[in-house]
Amino acid sequence: MGRTLELSVVSFVLAFILGIAIAALRVSPVPPLRWASATYVELVRNTPLLVLMFLMVFGLPSIGFTYSYFTSAIVVLSAYTGTFVAETVRSGINAVSKGQAEAARAIGLTFPQMIRLVVMPQALRTVVGPLGGIFIALLKNSSLAVVINVPELTSAANTVGTSTARFIPAFLGAAAAYLVLTVPSGFASTWLERRVAIRR
Amino acid sequence: MTPSFLGDALGPRGRRTTLIVSVASALLLVGLVIVALTRLSAKGQLDAARWRPFTQWPVIKFFLVGLRTTVEVALVSMAAAMVIGGAMALARLSRTGPARWLAVAYVEFFRGVPLVLLIFFCALGLPRYGVRMSLFWYVALGLIVYNSAVLAEIFRAGILSLERGQTEAAYSLGMGYWQAMLLVIVPQAARRMVPAIVSQLITLLKDTSLGAAIAFEELLRRAQINGEFFQNRLQSLVVVAAVYIVVNFGLSRLARRLEVRQRRRYNAGAITVAGGGMDLAVLGAQVQGAASAAI
Repeated sequence: MGRTLELSVVSFVLAFILGIAIAALRVSPVPPLRWASATYVELVRNTPLLVLMFLMVFGLPSIGFTYSYFTSAIVVLSAYTGTFVAETVRSGINAVSKGQAEAARAIGLTFPQMIRLVVMPQALRTVVGPLGGIFIALLKNSSLAVVINVPELTSAANTVGTSTARFIPAFLGAAAAYLVLTVPSGFASTWLERRVAIRR
Repeated sequence: MTPSFLGDALGPRGRRTTLIVSVASALLLVGLVIVALTRLSAKGQLDAARWRPFTQWPVIKFFLVGLRTTVEVALVSMAAAMVIGGAMALARLSRTGPARWLAVAYVEFFRGVPLVLLIFFCALGLPRYGVRMSLFWYVALGLIVYNSAVLAEIFRAGILSLERGQTEAAYSLGMGYWQAMLLVIVPQAARRMVPAIVSQLITLLKDTSLGAAIAFEELLRRAQINGEFFQNRLQSLVVVAAVYIVVNFGLSRLARRLEVRQRRRYNAGAITVAGGGMDLAVLGAQVQGAASAAI
């Protein structure tokens, strides 16, 4: 359970940073960066997470990159979740009224300044709720690490279930542990959402 | 013309900066691609021998059969999950206490549990209790219970997104609860839900790949087998990734088209469920308390 939480929190922080960067690139005035970020999002988002995990764990070693399973799991979870963060943040940017961007430009801010000081702070507040949903999904997706042998919650249940032949208790235990993690996350994001909401 | 970037038209200095950054970033991106390709070819990963199997019919057929299995399990699960999800949504909205509690428990439990755990439970746990089925049905069963819980929330959000006046008008015409629900509410709500449902179908299609974890021979599993056989794991995985991307990209285009058409025709936003489908273009119409589905 500690492992699950560690995996999820680290990945979420990385995915958050990655997602914001990609979202900013997607609305930037520089065409190559717009295309590159859009391509990245569409490619990664439409590939099953398990395929990405396999690419990382079985594919990359054949060109000489081998990482520990835990690192691999974090890299893949962040790269995958980052695309969803990016899409969500972009919808948040769309929700910021156009006048804000125009006003920022009118007072002479450059594009990076405008994004950092004017648009992002407003955009992020509107997407706190959906970001909470993404975190919960990430918690559950971290269970895929079982397939590449990271000892986290699902694999613990699996081991207990297989070794003691008491499957239902092991399964219910793991399910309860996930619920203990996801349900408070849901409440926390709702609370945070209300706190930072902007009344328009 | 609306620019595809944020802010209004650039002046001469802005245009110059943009040009410089464009050229620099383009060079950087091309450089990265060249480095990656050099690395790949240095390790012999671009050799024709590793890619040639994909031009041979038996291999193509091997993958196509995998794709068919993937699509079959996805469609069967989607159909069953929609029926159960619909029933759960109605039960959760009903005025009968026990039915409502049962639906809440079902939805909240299965939505909060990872799908892999459910599939493992079906494949490894059920046989111990004397339930034996084919791998196809283990995977399908896991997908059905999980997705029916997610879809139930989408349906419920769709029904709740309808204005109260619709229900009140139906009652004032003398309709009963079920008449109002089935003749007035559900048909209108269904239209709003279509994009979210298609998005969920995409998620489900991606999730069928979890079947590979229990050695169910769908597309991903077949790619692994192929990779072992021809010693081209990387290439096999790249090929299936491409297949998934093409299929899912097509579906997400469809979802977007449906949403645009829907907004034009009925002048009402499609519902989006937080975290679900991730097509959150219409945040404004987002329904409170809606599901946090899988991505």
